[in-house]
This record gives sequence, structure tokens and C-alpha cells, in this order.
Amino acid sequence: MTNVINIKNVSKTYVMGSEEVHALQNVSLQINRGEYVALMGPSGSGKSTLMNIVGCLDTPTSGLYEFTGVNVSDMNDNELAKIRNKEIGFVFQTFNLIPRSNALHNVELPLVYAGIHANERKRLAIDALKHVQLEDRMTHKPNELSGGQRQRVAIARALVTKPSIILADEPTGNLDSKTGEDIMALFNILHEQGNTIILVTHELDIAEHAHRTIRLRDGRVEADEIVPPEKRRIPKSAGFVI
Amino acid sequence: MRLYDFAYEVKEGMLISFQAIRANKMRSVLTTLGIVIGIVSVTLMGTAMEGLSRTVDDSISKIGADVLYVQKFPWFFGGEDWWKYRNRRDIRMQQFKAIERQSTMIKNATPVTWTVVTVKYKGQSVENVPVLGVNDQFPETAGVGVDVGRFFNQSEADGGRPVCVIGSDIADNLYPNETPIGKTIKAAGRSFRILGILEKQGMFLGLESMDNRMYIPVDRFIKTYGARRGIQINVKAVDVKDLENTKEELRGILRKARNVKPGAEDDFAINQQDMFIKTFDGIKMAVGGIGFFITALSLFVGAIGIMNIMFVSVTERTREIGIRKAIGAKRSTILLQFLIESATLSLVGGLIGLAISYPLSLLLNQVLPTSMPLSVVFVAILISIMVGMVSGFLPANKASKLDPVEALRYE
Repeated sequence: MTNVINIKNVSKTYVMGSEEVHALQNVSLQINRGEYVALMGPSGSGKSTLMNIVGCLDTPTSGLYEFTGVNVSDMNDNELAKIRNKEIGFVFQTFNLIPRSNALHNVELPLVYAGIHANERKRLAIDALKHVQLEDRMTHKPNELSGGQRQRVAIARALVTKPSIILADEPTGNLDSKTGEDIMALFNILHEQGNTIILVTHELDIAEHAHRTIRLRDGRVEADEIVPPEKRRIPKSAGFVI
Repeated sequence: MRLYDFAYEVKEGMLISFQAIRANKMRSVLTTLGIVIGIVSVTLMGTAMEGLSRTVDDSISKIGADVLYVQKFPWFFGGEDWWKYRNRRDIRMQQFKAIERQSTMIKNATPVTWTVVTVKYKGQSVENVPVLGVNDQFPETAGVGVDVGRFFNQSEADGGRPVCVIGSDIADNLYPNETPIGKTIKAAGRSFRILGILEKQGMFLGLESMDNRMYIPVDRFIKTYGARRGIQINVKAVDVKDLENTKEELRGILRKARNVKPGAEDDFAINQQDMFIKTFDGIKMAVGGIGFFITALSLFVGAIGIMNIMFVSVTERTREIGIRKAIGAKRSTILLQFLIESATLSLVGGLIGLAISYPLSLLLNQVLPTSMPLSVVFVAILISIMVGMVSGFLPANKASKLDPVEALRYE
């Protein structure tokens, strides 16, 4: 199996006033294509910092980060923007849709930045919206959609460029448990279809949907273990049949 | 390929910008107020300048580039010299005759003297008609033709015959249904036979009609209205290139004829078109300078307004910028998007300004013969886009440099 993510001895240090904060210290981990990984840890554990580095939003202070075999540790802003655009699908806790744009335009946006032609763009975006069963809500703006629907639009936006990984940061944090279950069911399906999913969460019952959990504490990897099949939670949702 | 990419980014940036501006209609329109005022002032100033130029140029061309005017008063002088000029000796017919006799460089010359009378025909009358005593060479020096009939000839002029030529306004007013040629007109009680009607000449500097005048032989004028008042002498040079030499020759003849002592100042003035052009160029510069200052000031205020609202907009949309960056927008893409937004904002102001100033220019047309030149419209549009780009640069640059991690965390 090939590594999608190969992190070796990565550290991240912030300078806050006169103090140095070591958010990550010598973290090493590999994630393979097709894995479903939960990244766990309490606040202040360095979880968010690691997620930002994995998502190419930030670069490490030291150490090596190879994404799909390419060293991205020293890339500049524009190169990172290109990787984020083509290879990474973000799903956020607060959905982060553009409020003025309707669902279709939100899903089209990554393709706009990829420079894809309008007709092709629309076709791909509609496909992605069908994938999350929202094709009948295309022309609705975010404030006309429920929380669960908004998160599904965000997932469609993450899927539309066919990225190498889907990086979901507390994707159910702003949803009620029933809707959260629906979203987790959707991630399950996406994983079964071969997508690599990294789930960042501090909730154990959400993390248990994944097949592997990585726990962080004080900027170090505390535990990295496979979730045995009998312990995995299978989301109960009849909502998605694909 | 690169050009195509750029065009693609501009197009998408424009769509995003329109959306953002539409979302804040009221704020956007208010923001552009400075630009609106700036564009209104630049277009109206341009239109007014155009009108002023047209009026002045028209009037100046009537003065004639190759004609010299010998008078007691120079055309432009400081107020304190008025008494000096007023007390000069009048210019007399003998001096005109001296010029006529001695000058080698003149083509035509006429004395001009005038008074204001009431003219009458069959119980109808027109008041405040200037009567000018001139000779037969007047049409050449004034550059005006005769529309109907003829001007009086040399023998009629020299003989001081009671004949006249009238302006078209008098003809229209006193003889609405008949030809005035051969008819008799009464001016201050004296009768004159009408020989011809001059071509229509319009207004001088938009103030005084040149078509309500009446011309009679100068000798007849002196006999009728007396010789107390002085005359002016209009001289047309043979060649406009020799105008300065012609002027010098005239000076010599006049100084001698008027017994001006060697070394003493001239006690007469030789006026020419050039003086008008110089003076009005000065006025045009002053009007243009004031207009430029007002325009620059209001555009500057407008630019600050746009810069301010763009900074507000960037701060408000920090999170949106974070999202855009997270899903792959490059720095240049964000920069371009906000530049287009501020340029569009400014352009909206410019278009509102044009929409306001166009009807105002029609109003201005009632006073000055003018219309808004197309070039002014283009300049206004170009200026508003440029102002938008310049004032939007700092906010756009700030937006493009936002750190995506922090921008996404922004509440």
C-alpha cells in the first residue's frame, strides 16, 4: 500500500510573546490510501496544529512532511494552495460555506480556483451534490438549508475535486445526534467507496466510527492503534443508499 | 494560455464582486458618494470648458487674426489706469486719413464711430440700435458679407450719402413681410435708404448681438450726429505674418500725426486678437485649475471612502477569505478579486456621477453652447476605475496576505 501521508519527526513551535510554545514535538506517522483514521486528543494536545499541517494550511517548523510522495514541508503559499485545491477536501465543524452563494456555486468554487470551464464545472458539481443526495436543493443558499444539509453541501464541495484525502474537523460538532449519525453514515459510505478519510475529533463515540485512532497529548503521539472490527460503530441511518 | 487564465480569473472575480456589492447595496452606493461628486465635477467642468472655448473661439475669430484696432483704450488693463486712458486726446479723422495715405502694409482700413439710437419704420420702432459710421471697406475689415443687396460703395461713402446697411435682426423686426431693400428707415429723426442686409453674425461672447446694428457712411454720421466724439480705426493687414511690422508702421504714422514727443509714451492703443486669446487662455487656465483642484479633492475623498469600506469588507469577510484560501484560492486570486470589487464599486460611483451630470450638462447648454464631449465620458469612466484600483490596493493586499489558519478561526 502506498503512503498518502508520511510525517517524520515533525515539530511546530509558536512564539507567543517571549515564550516558545511547542505545539508538536517529533511527531511521526504514516497514513495509507483508503484508511479511515480518527485524530483524537483534548484541547491543547496539538491536534489542530497537526491537522493544519496535514491539510497544508501550515508548514512544520522542522521535520519532513511528504504528501503523496511529494515533500511539501518547504513549499510556498501558492504551491500549498494548489495542493489544497486538488488533493485535499476540507469538512469543517461550522460548515464554512460562502453565505451569499447557493449550494451549487459553493460546490463549484474549488473548481473555479482549479480553472475548470463553466460547463464542466457545473456538471461535476451537480454530480457531487447527487452523491450527497442534495441535487434538489442546488439553488438554495446556506441559510435556507438545515445544519445537516449544509454539512452535506460542504462534503460535496470536499468531494468535487476527487481529492486524495478528506480532512474532517469535528464534522458533527454543530449537529444534533440524529443528524450527526447521518453524516457519519455518509463518511462510512465514502470510505467504502475508497476515499481516505481523516477525522479530527475529541468525542470518543465519533472517533469509534474510524478504523484507526491516533491520540495526541502535549504535542506527542500518545497512542496509535487499530480499532478492532467488533468495536467499530456502524452508523444507523437509512438515509443513504448509494 | 496565461492570458486565458487571467481572463478566466477576471471573469470569475467579477461575478464574485458583483455578488458582494449586491449584498451591500446601500452601503456601496453611499461609499461611492465622493467618486460621484468627483465625476460630476470632472464631467461638468469638461463640458463647461468645452462651451467656454467654443464661445470664446467663435467670438475671437470675429475679431480677425489680421486686423488691428486703433483706439484710446487698450482692451485689457488694470482699473487704476482708466483715467489716464480716458483723458487721452480723441482719435480723429485726420489720423485715419494719414494712415490711409502713408501706410504701405495695409489692405483695408475704416474709421468706426458709433452712437445708439431708436430706428423707426411705419410706426414700428426698435430701440437701442447701435449706429456705426464706417466707410466702404468695413465688410473686409470685419470679415462679414452682405446677405441681400449691397454695401455702400466708395463714392457713396465719400459723398456722405444718406444710405445704410442694416443687421438681420433689424430687418426681421421692422420688415417682417417685405424686403427692406430700397425702403427708408428713420434713425433719430433722419431718413436713410437701405442698400443691403448683412449676414447673420450671432452673439459676441454670448453677451451682445451683432445683428441689430445699422451702418452708415462716416461723413454722413459726422454731419448728422456731430464730430465731437472720437473715432476708432480698424485696419486689415496685407499679410497676417507681417502683423507686427504693420503695427510698428501704424505706430510711427500715428505718433507723427498726433505729435507725440520722441521718448514719450504712445497716447493711443493698437489692439489685436492676440490679446483676447492670451487673456482668455488665462481665464481658461484659471477655470480649469479650479476645476482640477475640486475634482482631485473629491476624488481623493472618494478614494479614501472606498479604501475605508474595503478595509471594513476585508475584516468582515476574513472567514470567507480563509475558506477561499483553504479550498485553493491563491494570493493573486484573492488580490484580484478585491481589486475588481473596489474598481467595480468606484465604477458604479462613476456611472451614477455620469447619470447626474448628463442632465446638468443639458441645463448648462441653456447658458453656453455646449454638449458633454464623448471624450469626457471615457475619461470619467477610466478615472473611476483607476481610483478604485488604487484605493483598493491596500485592502486587497491585506486580504491576500491573510493566514488561512487564523482567518478560518476568525469569529
